Amino acid sequence: MSLLTSLARLRALDEGIAQPIATVRHCHLSARPMVFVPLKLSGEAAAPLAAVLGTDRDRPHLLVVTQPRNRDLRFAWAAELAGVLLPYVEGFLSDTETVERRNADPYERALDAPQLLVPNTAGIAFTRLLGRSTRFRRPDGPYPVPETVPLLGRWLTYFGERAAFPGSSLMLAATEELGRHWASGQSGLEDANLAALLGWITEGPADDAEDPLIWPPAGPATDPGFDAEVLAPAIESGSAERITEALRTQLEPTWRLMWQAVDLLAGLPEGASVAQRWEQDRGSFSGMAAQIAEGAPPQARRDGAVAAASRLARMERAQAAYEVQRAYDDPLVMAEYRLTGEAFAGEVVETDPAHAEGEGRSRKLRPLVVVKTDDPVRLAPGTALGTPQRRGQGAELVSAGDGLVTIKITKGMGRGRTPTPGAVPEVGERVCYSSLTDDFQGSATLPEAEATPWTHGGPPSAYVPTDDDAQEEWS
Amino acid sequence: MNRLDALRGSTPQKPHDARAIAALAANPGCTRRALLDGAGIDKDAAARHLGFPAPFGQSPFAITRGNAFESLVKADGCAELLRMLRELLGLPIAEVAYHDVENVGAHLRHAHTRALFDRAARDGDDAGTVYDHPLLSLRIAGHTAYLEPDVVAFQLGGRFHIVEIKSFAVIDGQADPAAVAAAARQAAVYVLALRRMLAELGHDPLRVAHDVVLVCPENFANRPVATLVDVRRQLGVLERQLTRMTALDRLLDGLPEELTFDLMPGEDGLPTRPAAELADALRRATARYAPDCLSTCDLCFFCRDEARQEGATDLLGRHVRDELGGVGSVGEALGLADGTRAPGEGQEEIARLLRNAERLRRECLA
Repeated sequence: MSLLTSLARLRALDEGIAQPIATVRHCHLSARPMVFVPLKLSGEAAAPLAAVLGTDRDRPHLLVVTQPRNRDLRFAWAAELAGVLLPYVEGFLSDTETVERRNADPYERALDAPQLLVPNTAGIAFTRLLGRSTRFRRPDGPYPVPETVPLLGRWLTYFGERAAFPGSSLMLAATEELGRHWASGQSGLEDANLAALLGWITEGPADDAEDPLIWPPAGPATDPGFDAEVLAPAIESGSAERITEALRTQLEPTWRLMWQAVDLLAGLPEGASVAQRWEQDRGSFSGMAAQIAEGAPPQARRDGAVAAASRLARMERAQAAYEVQRAYDDPLVMAEYRLTGEAFAGEVVETDPAHAEGEGRSRKLRPLVVVKTDDPVRLAPGTALGTPQRRGQGAELVSAGDGLVTIKITKGMGRGRTPTPGAVPEVGERVCYSSLTDDFQGSATLPEAEATPWTHGGPPSAYVPTDDDAQEEWS
Repeated sequence: MNRLDALRGSTPQKPHDARAIAALAANPGCTRRALLDGAGIDKDAAARHLGFPAPFGQSPFAITRGNAFESLVKADGCAELLRMLRELLGLPIAEVAYHDVENVGAHLRHAHTRALFDRAARDGDDAGTVYDHPLLSLRIAGHTAYLEPDVVAFQLGGRFHIVEIKSFAVIDGQADPAAVAAAARQAAVYVLALRRMLAELGHDPLRVAHDVVLVCPENFANRPVATLVDVRRQLGVLERQLTRMTALDRLLDGLPEELTFDLMPGEDGLPTRPAAELADALRRATARYAPDCLSTCDLCFFCRDEARQEGATDLLGRHVRDELGGVGSVGEALGLADGTRAPGEGQEEIARLLRNAERLRRECLA
């Protein structure tokens, strides 16, 4: 969070309504997202209680474990969940495009991918645990489960892990995404309450949002008062109908809030780089589907040393790219860099399009542009610059002072003796330049898993599914 | 009658527990909390009476699960626990004694715990002993709090280990970081209390290990697993905060003699004091609200309401407050941003930043 966001929060508090901190939407929003609101039994690690889910706001599927302590019912619930989720996920696999790759075989990439929307980050964590508790099960052997359950576990694990990947939109938490686009007049801690955050964005704050009787918590934890007053007696009574109705009251309000969040996000125009990140999501999704189709074992409990290092490196690169893309897509995000002097914007007051350096064969075209800006520029001469207005262009800072910045364009203005028309900004044009550039970073060279050095535990032993895994207690 | 007793008045004293002390150390600058806790006032009852009931509660399912897990670990003279301790700490297999301190009756428990630990530390008992239900004490700002760790293990070689039993799960070697951090803070309070007890008895306080034994259910089952958690950092924080915590006497000096937070409980135990009067009394002691209070202090909603009425930037969190570099009110900060307010001394830099930020926001949202 930056001072710009802090100022927006102050303004929100003063005006009693959330303030925008983004001018475009930075996440992909599916035309048919799967909204998923799970509830868990308090005190247990990952014991499901109920969930409401679906792609149609008028037709939610309500799934309830009618006797939460019964292990068999828990697996039956997981099978029901698989019955809704798997057809949705697999429905995206048939339409694909062939992607050519350099130095590798072409592969098939899904044209669209599934998107899971949960209320908050705790919902993502619970999804991951649900995946962990089901992916090692087996449809045969001493404790058989319906065969869709382990498959569901692998997909839930995949979505949960992908949610941690910067810029990915395969699984999103509503509070996180709303908080990325609006600043409320409350603390970040309080923003984790979906009802409260939506209240700030739509009508202004209301204390109702914190009253569990009016807005039940958005899960996965239930309200302790509800547990004591309603759920415990209902479980005691043994009536499946009573338990179902009780849980319906806790899920329905959140279901409505989730679709309200979808509408709010859909109201924002999509950022320019969102499609590019979604393309990576589609590729990742197709890769996962291919692994399952090839009969690969379920995801390991923990990554081996090489897998962990490579995952970390990929996430770091994604984080860096995500930050640059957000700034380039959105002037309000770029403003944060302008505030700290890493970027500047202003009007072009003078140009020298034919300026060149060197003589004869080494003569290079280096058009000069002078920008008048009010921003506090803190960039040293020689700094490489990029600009959101001309994405392929590279420039270099020549000098800065007294509100005037001189830059020379070094890349992306054509090969001729004069620049390509339009490559050099005209006098009077508003431009923005930043030291933030989306330079391609090569991936670190890591050894094959079989060659993991002894300092990192040596080669990891291959995973062999065991009966112990398959029949692990789920209490 | 001393002044702390006067603050409490006729309200029955509420004893401290380790969780409260750990939370106290989390916000040492809050005079209101220091006084209420120092005097042993039931903050939950006060908050309820003021019309700002605390937002926490524990689900009966969580309580049942927690109790069931603790009794599982402690069943049959801590048999399960001993098995894990043998592996983890190398307790000798034979002659592991189990000592339930609770058997002596509550009023004697602290003295009895003290005597037992003194003997163990002196004789260097050659077998491991597990003490169940010990009662320790800790002086907090001139006030004694009694604390009840789950179990204390004494091991060959003369080291004491605090054992903390928690019912959150450790899945594939990982647990909820927030839950582990809270358990570590709580265990650090016990380590400190036990160290001080040994020091008073003339023993080396460092015989209490800084590694506490955290016992949790493993994966999705009820099977317990023990892990050593290093609480040196938490201990350091706790000790520093406790010494830094302004002595209550000094806090009291600035307050009127007749000030009291008495709830005046009636025969049914419910407060009879007019809520407005109690609120006025509480406002005399300055609070230091931060959104973190929402998960640690019973009075949080009362203090948040107060911060809202004052338009304090504290409402938005420590991060925002720190970033605003000492501009305490929302109106002041916005005034600086709009340029309608001249910066005070030392505010020039933040005023310049805020004006710039305001200019950028206007430009981008136009």
